[in-house]
Amino acid sequence: MNKFNNANVLLEVKDLRTYFKTDNGILKAVDGVSFTVHEGETVGLVGESGCGKSVTNLSIMRLVPSPPGKIVGGEVIYKGTDIMTLSEKELRNIRGNKISMIFQDPMTSLNPYLRISTQMIETIRLHQDVTKQEARAKAIRMLQLVGIPSAESRIDCYPHQFSGGMRQRVMIAMALSCNADLLIADEPTTALDVTIQAQILELIKKISQEMGTAVILITHDLGVVAGMCDKVCVMYAGRVVESANTDDLYENPMHPYTKGLIASVPKMDGSREERLFSIEGQPPNVIDLPPCCPFHPRCNRTCEVCTHAYPPVKKTGDDHYVACWLHCSEEEREEALKAARKGEN
Amino acid sequence: MENKEIILSVRNLKQHFPIDEGGILKKTVGFIRAVDGISFDVYKGETVGIVGESGCGKSTTVRSIAQLYKPTTGEILFHGVDLCKADKDTLLKERRNIQMIFQDPYASLDPRMTVRNIIMEPLRTYNRRGLLEKKYTEDELEERVKDLMEKVGINKAFVNRYPHEFSGGQRQRIGIARALALNPEIILADEPVSALDVSIQAQILNLISDIQKDMGVTFIFIAHDLGVIQHISHRVIVMYLGKIMEISSSDELYSNPLHPYTEALLSAAPIPDPKIERNRKRIVLEGDVPSPDKERHCCYFYDRCSKRMDKCASCVPPMFDCGNDHKVACFLYDDRPVAEEADDTLTEEEQKLKAKEARKHKKD
Repeated sequence: MNKFNNANVLLEVKDLRTYFKTDNGILKAVDGVSFTVHEGETVGLVGESGCGKSVTNLSIMRLVPSPPGKIVGGEVIYKGTDIMTLSEKELRNIRGNKISMIFQDPMTSLNPYLRISTQMIETIRLHQDVTKQEARAKAIRMLQLVGIPSAESRIDCYPHQFSGGMRQRVMIAMALSCNADLLIADEPTTALDVTIQAQILELIKKISQEMGTAVILITHDLGVVAGMCDKVCVMYAGRVVESANTDDLYENPMHPYTKGLIASVPKMDGSREERLFSIEGQPPNVIDLPPCCPFHPRCNRTCEVCTHAYPPVKKTGDDHYVACWLHCSEEEREEALKAARKGEN
Repeated sequence: MENKEIILSVRNLKQHFPIDEGGILKKTVGFIRAVDGISFDVYKGETVGIVGESGCGKSTTVRSIAQLYKPTTGEILFHGVDLCKADKDTLLKERRNIQMIFQDPYASLDPRMTVRNIIMEPLRTYNRRGLLEKKYTEDELEERVKDLMEKVGINKAFVNRYPHEFSGGQRQRIGIARALALNPEIILADEPVSALDVSIQAQILNLISDIQKDMGVTFIFIAHDLGVIQHISHRVIVMYLGKIMEISSSDELYSNPLHPYTEALLSAAPIPDPKIERNRKRIVLEGDVPSPDKERHCCYFYDRCSKRMDKCASCVPPMFDCGNDHKVACFLYDDRPVAEEADDTLTEEEQKLKAKEARKHKKD
């Protein structure tokens, strides 16, 4: 049982759809994603490249470049207000203030021309009514919190004077400088080495516990998820195919994709098998996907209905949801098959 | 491995890159010690994994073996021939047996060549010079290309396509086919799966182990993912800052890591199991990897080590033989016999630079 189930809902994403217009057709990067984040909870979004993890989070912040991108449907409810309906000005009160984001590559997300102090003070003064000195003091406090040694002098350095891990620390300090209650971390450790990754993950964990910040962690590394998250959503081709508490998901994966993903990670437990389990084929092209289960060409348990209709999301256990026809009843499958055939004719 | 024939042996390899300053009047002011005196053997038919953080010299090591860089000092003996001193013709002949697979499947294939030309290029080069078993006709080469494509799991109908028409995993397969074209004895794989997704990564790892089983190719396999290394390697080399910290068989290393760095590395690697992950005690290393531009007369891991002693600050630890084919460069094990003395002598260029600086100092 997830200890956050009784906490207040902080963010609720409902049936979010973000499409991109391309020369080859409509690219449905995010196609009906729903999940909730409770206060203080860490939610993991996992999936392979191109499955829509990053676009989901850019959509939450309304940062999808438009055109070509467009959020065509869905709601993102943050503490009772729908972010999608806010004006640009109202949005600015939330973005970077209440909901902050850190990105994969800390070098490209910091401005190389400006000192760290300039960048941090700008963020703080944009959202809080403080003097420059107060903002600077706060920035130094934040840098100390994320473990930058001699923060008073380092704050006047330029980004290139920091190493990759230190830059990511600066990004975290900046993201949290305005008392955010939701931190979206988009592959925060992918560009870092294992030992530095361990440092940064420890830091995010520590901060989320101390400050009660909820975290959405986007990653493709199932090991990182296991250590960090309370709840996991597995994404495939723009949809959440399974979501569950972390323990439940690893112990009892329901969707064939989740099973395959977990089985195809080489493990360090000493049992070296000759061959790894591998999911055959490639992730699909999300342009003009047929209205069926996008995983069926790679699935080892495909049945007829899989090629005709998208499976509904089923509750299979405590807080465990899965979108797969295997977990639907015989009648439901037949009904869907009939309906699909009718539509085709 | 029952068959203990040494195919490649690296002796005291150093690869230093000069740091130049000034525009036209270039002046060398120091050296980046990318690889700083490493020795190891590779046996026929095995996979040797090299792990370490970025900047530890893993890629430089394999590039030096392939003679893409001219090593500063040291020997690379392939079948007893020192590649560093070999002339051009010998090198060409030997290189046929040493091929590489690169990390980035997007950058390592020429976007303007078709798959046929990419895979055929090495064959053509050697065929023209008559260095293959016999002279092949163009048709025979074509046949060989198609065989290779089949072997790596690419539809041979795609022979006229260009790299951009393939996904990352398929491109990596093309890169593997190209490496296999000349029937090499050893393949140097420089992070071949790091840029791929988990499900595709498993496909490529399986392909590599199949190739090894079928053709008996020896692999030197670089990765930073410890799970991947354990899965694929028979023996593992752990590198840090251009030095080997520990060499051992894969099972031994993962069950019984000796060097504090290896321990930290293993404990930092995330395990995809929430139960284990929650109860693990993680050794979080302080700080970052130092810059490799300094001359070091202490243990290379000294700055970040949690178990450092006085001794570690004063000299470079030699490799201690801990039995069971397990060697470690750490003074914690100084009761064991020494397998290799550490070499912290300076290379010729460094000595020159130092002498120059000393003279300048005197003048001032």
